[in-house]
Amino acid sequence: MIISLTDVKSGSSVKVVRIRGGLSVRQRLSCLGIHPGDTILLQKCGFMRGPVLVNIHGNQVALGRGIAAKILVEVEA
Amino acid sequence: MKIVLVGQPNCGKSTIFNHVAGYKAITSNFPGKTVKFSSSKMTFQGMTSEIVDLPGTYSLTSFDLAELEARKYLLREEADVVVNVIDASLLGRGLELTLQLLELNLPTVICLNMIDEAEAKGIIIDTEKLSHLLGVPVVTAIAHKGWGLNKLFETTFKMAQKPVKSDFQHFSKDVENAIKGLTGYIEKNAYAKELNVTHRFLATKLLENDQHFIDEIKETDASFIEVVQDYQQQLEKCRERSSDEVISSERHHLSMQLYESVVKLSKPKKEFRDYLDSVLMHPVFGYISLIGILYLFFNFVFYVGAILEEPLLDFFYQFLPYAEQVLGADTLLYHIVNGVVQGLAGGIAIVLPFLFPFLLGLAFLEDTGYLPRVAYLMDSFLHRIGLHGKAIIPLILGYGCTVPAVMATRILESERDRFITSVLTTMIPCAARITIVFGLVAFYLGPKAAIFVFVFNIVVVAIAGLILSKIMPEITPGMILEIPAYHMPSIKILLSKVWLRMKEFIVIAWPLLIIGSVVLSLLKHWHLEELINKLISPVTLLLGLPVAVGVTLIFGVLRKELSMVMLVQALGVTDISTVMNSTQIMTFTVFVLFYVPCVATIAVLIKEIGSKRTIFTIIFTFLIAIVLATITRIVY
Repeated sequence: MIISLTDVKSGSSVKVVRIRGGLSVRQRLSCLGIHPGDTILLQKCGFMRGPVLVNIHGNQVALGRGIAAKILVEVEA
Repeated sequence: MKIVLVGQPNCGKSTIFNHVAGYKAITSNFPGKTVKFSSSKMTFQGMTSEIVDLPGTYSLTSFDLAELEARKYLLREEADVVVNVIDASLLGRGLELTLQLLELNLPTVICLNMIDEAEAKGIIIDTEKLSHLLGVPVVTAIAHKGWGLNKLFETTFKMAQKPVKSDFQHFSKDVENAIKGLTGYIEKNAYAKELNVTHRFLATKLLENDQHFIDEIKETDASFIEVVQDYQQQLEKCRERSSDEVISSERHHLSMQLYESVVKLSKPKKEFRDYLDSVLMHPVFGYISLIGILYLFFNFVFYVGAILEEPLLDFFYQFLPYAEQVLGADTLLYHIVNGVVQGLAGGIAIVLPFLFPFLLGLAFLEDTGYLPRVAYLMDSFLHRIGLHGKAIIPLILGYGCTVPAVMATRILESERDRFITSVLTTMIPCAARITIVFGLVAFYLGPKAAIFVFVFNIVVVAIAGLILSKIMPEITPGMILEIPAYHMPSIKILLSKVWLRMKEFIVIAWPLLIIGSVVLSLLKHWHLEELINKLISPVTLLLGLPVAVGVTLIFGVLRKELSMVMLVQALGVTDISTVMNSTQIMTFTVFVLFYVPCVATIAVLIKEIGSKRTIFTIIFTFLIAIVLATITRIVY
């Protein structure tokens, strides 16, 4: 099932399928190690439309709501 | 000879730089505090060199201004040795930059910094193997303890004497073919030479759709761009994704492969700090802790300052009656002596007692790594005023000094966000204005009134943000921010940082305070200050302030502390509460908080946002100050 990162429950591990949005968003995410195919652990989902906190390759990254909505992920079993 | 430190944000470049250059570059635990490069002379075992600390850059595809600066420097200047600093606990990601640096084909040394952090995370790195695979020397270090840095510079100097270049790169066949094909075209032309890069680096960047290089070439040779687009399309057709993604995932793939072949993972140690975030970033307790931390910070500054202010003031003012007796009350010499004493008293007794604890507290918050957490907590709030979480970092730095805060807006991606945040930072009370709040409001009206001023200020800044984002409606690009691990700050580094910032105050502000006080004394002696006060009387009368205050407002534009320090002198009393009632003190403070940025801020604003927008900022803040101070006069 492919959903956006904003709809993922905290504590679950997901695999990035696609990043919607333009060159700049893709590049900024790839700099922090987020590419299609990577596994992300969602540590905290947003509170009151706040940002989400993810763990990627052992590093914590905060993603604003708008950015997180652009990341499409597949929930791993 | 020239050594250049390059690395991703927050990997410890500035810490290494400071270790050999003395504490010159501000270090903190959040990504992106170095926004312009600093350079210094260094000597190591009798050899001298220039060492350059570049802003952190995630990759050599640059988007924010600080990264662009790093890349430009790297391409323009001839570095004898590039020291690629990598946060060892984030090796996989760090290697992506390393691969791009190697494409530049410069003599490179790799420094795996924070190796202790990596081990705590359970990442054990086989450095010899890494060095063998990349073809460049690899040195481990723990920069904030100074560990491993001797070895690092030994290797670096050796590299400078006998440069070894490596061009380790093996992408997949189709990508390599595209790069090779494009390199063939580049070799026939002089582009790479003009742009001072290797053929391969340029070919890869063009395939990656790097705007800077594309624009650069488009001007002279549009037909070449068509060739580039042909190759891009070939890749896109074959991989079914855009060519920039193809290259970035190739690089990612390659670094992950490298990472997996040199790293052995073991079980990470569980530490106290791993639990901190479950409170400090909690949706409810996070905000409660934030308020608690700020409240503690406030009390710390207030009580330390209050203990010191009174005895110090008494000490200085005891000289005045004595001087009056000896020199006579209305002589020129007495006025000059009076000016010097007032200036010294202002600098030492009123400003310093609050400035020192404040800067210490700020340095502590910066170095622990708490600020990015605040950005996380404040993101949804800042979205409401049209910005995003990262904007909180320049705003918090604004409490220290507006000048670096305006420069810190470079970490924001869009020009509009940078502009709005710059205007808002000028309205955040800097250390100088904070001492005014403490020295006047807290001192005469009590600490509760001072807290009120700070809260009121935040509300005004929020409303101003709302107004500005209504004027410039544009969607903010959204926050992407690394949240680094907590660090226990080292006392030595904290004190060096406080000293670096205080030095600026002592060297620039004290002479100005003393000169300002003497000038005011002389103006008084020749009765010229009445003329200035008359000119400003429309403002002072509107606000219900004593007319004598006018001249201090002019001085305040030079340095914000001046307006308070000289208040004492302008009014001719030592206890302000005898001539100004509490409404007047409050009105004065509110006005001084917001009106016209100081000269140094205006200079940096012109550089960062342009002169037109700076003039807008000056008018905007002045209007806010007038309106709010008038309201304060009526309401308070």
